[in-house]
Amino acid sequence: MPLELIEPIAPESDEREYVWTLNFGPQHPATHTTLRVVLKIDGEQVVDAIPDIGYLHSGFEKLGEHLDYNQYVPVTDRMNYISPLSNNIAWHHAVEKLLDIEVPPRCQYVRTILAELSRISDHLLCAGTAALDLGAFTAFLYAFHQREVLYDIFELVCGARFTTSYTRVGGLMYDVDDRFVHRVRQFVRGFPKTHADVTKMLNRNRIFLDRTSGVGVLSREEAIDWSCSGPVARASGVTRDLRKDEPYLAYEDFEFKVCCSQGGDCYSRYLVRMAEMLESLKIVEQAIENLPQGPVNVDVEGRQVLPDKSQVHTTIEGLIQHFEVVMSNRGFKTPSEEVYGAIESPNGELGFYLVGDGSNVAYRARCRPPSFIHFAIFPMLIRGLQISDIVAVLGSLNIIAAELDR
Amino acid sequence: MNREEVLDRLRETFDDESLVISLFRGDARVVCPAARVAEVLEWLKGECALDMLVDLTAVDYLEYPDARDRFGVIYSLGSTVTNVRLWVKVFVNDPEPTLRSVTGLWRGADWMEREVYDMFGIRFDGHPDLRRILMPEEFAAFPLRKDYPLKGRGERHNFPVLTREDS
Repeated sequence: MPLELIEPIAPESDEREYVWTLNFGPQHPATHTTLRVVLKIDGEQVVDAIPDIGYLHSGFEKLGEHLDYNQYVPVTDRMNYISPLSNNIAWHHAVEKLLDIEVPPRCQYVRTILAELSRISDHLLCAGTAALDLGAFTAFLYAFHQREVLYDIFELVCGARFTTSYTRVGGLMYDVDDRFVHRVRQFVRGFPKTHADVTKMLNRNRIFLDRTSGVGVLSREEAIDWSCSGPVARASGVTRDLRKDEPYLAYEDFEFKVCCSQGGDCYSRYLVRMAEMLESLKIVEQAIENLPQGPVNVDVEGRQVLPDKSQVHTTIEGLIQHFEVVMSNRGFKTPSEEVYGAIESPNGELGFYLVGDGSNVAYRARCRPPSFIHFAIFPMLIRGLQISDIVAVLGSLNIIAAELDR
Repeated sequence: MNREEVLDRLRETFDDESLVISLFRGDARVVCPAARVAEVLEWLKGECALDMLVDLTAVDYLEYPDARDRFGVIYSLGSTVTNVRLWVKVFVNDPEPTLRSVTGLWRGADWMEREVYDMFGIRFDGHPDLRRILMPEEFAAFPLRKDYPLKGRGERHNFPVLTREDS
């Protein structure tokens, strides 16, 4: 960052005594990951803030132009690593829109369940660490206990707890089995208790309320003006939710509410996230009880999916199909067109703008990262607040620096 | 107002010659000349309730088959009122790819335009603070341009190389 942005204060001016510059980050436990804000402070009060990002920039969009549509999935895991399954689903949602593939009902249901579970996992982390940053350690531990249960479910479906890479073009890596259904049912039974515990600990907690209500207020007009989406926008009274407005996957089949608030402060964002978790649980419950039978992948005839391993090892057609998809000079054809596919990820609208050029590698793979959009409002939100409030606002926006910088 | 009405009114207000409207997978895209884009966007925001700039990005068409222009800048618009989505696309060319900034219409465009400038070198006139956002300030190239190699250029030129003989 160029030094001239921080206006130098003349040595003889009166201001020199009061206003000074403080670096918040890049290595600070409350930033969770690597981001930096240069603060101009008057005592404890923030006069101005200049964010300096890019510490974790790793060229994900450039990589997307060199990896094929299946190879790119592990990269999407590393964007918002708090809810990697949502990113996987968002990526292949856009790819399937480009290729005009409709995935089978079972796949849609499994993806919906996993997207909602990862939403719960993300909101648990956000609510837990928001409390942790303000000094409430117990709520964080309660939240993380349930995240552990969710990680076990993710491990069961794809073998990885953290970087899942679970989706494929036109389907999933593996089908789910009865153990998955059993585990999800267990989670659906057990989760409301934890949710109630965290609610009891935080919702009317005097310290938590004092630290969050009325802090970092974002009005409805500002939320729209700054392109906010997801819980941040909904806490300010914007009722936009892609699951309702542009139903994708199997969301049309389920009953759920869009949770909104009008406060626009950190406390409202916390409340919206807490309420959303229960709605997500409702969706999971309905989906797991009505999980359709049948294949999870689209038909192999379309030459877009990898065939089952048992087919590859025992039949010549399976082997040929496997080679067709895997070989770098084969693969499937894409239209020379451009699409934008977006899903409602836990953090907001996560979209991919894809440009296909006929090959099985995207010509351009733009990611619309909600963290990037939400971090732009951060300086505006913290202006005039105390230093300790910065942590509360940052926690309530749920900024994931890996997604911010990509 | 649904999308068809928006497109019809768009056709009426701006003559057909300059705007090319196409549909793909149910999404409508309006290709617009660079000189008129600010006007079209302002009209869409004011008259058609497309009040949200969902995304702003660019594509470098250097190696794209049958492409005539170098860069395409894509404004992805959405509405919180009518739930209509529309993509407005503009082509800009070397040597000085420049567009008018839309930060006056949507403040959210601030960082998105900075990112496009950082990655593609497309300048936005009237932007309050157009400087690099993700890459370091002293970085000289624009990494998402197609003539920039995947593994970078000269990033390790100042790293000393120790050979076995020297050590």
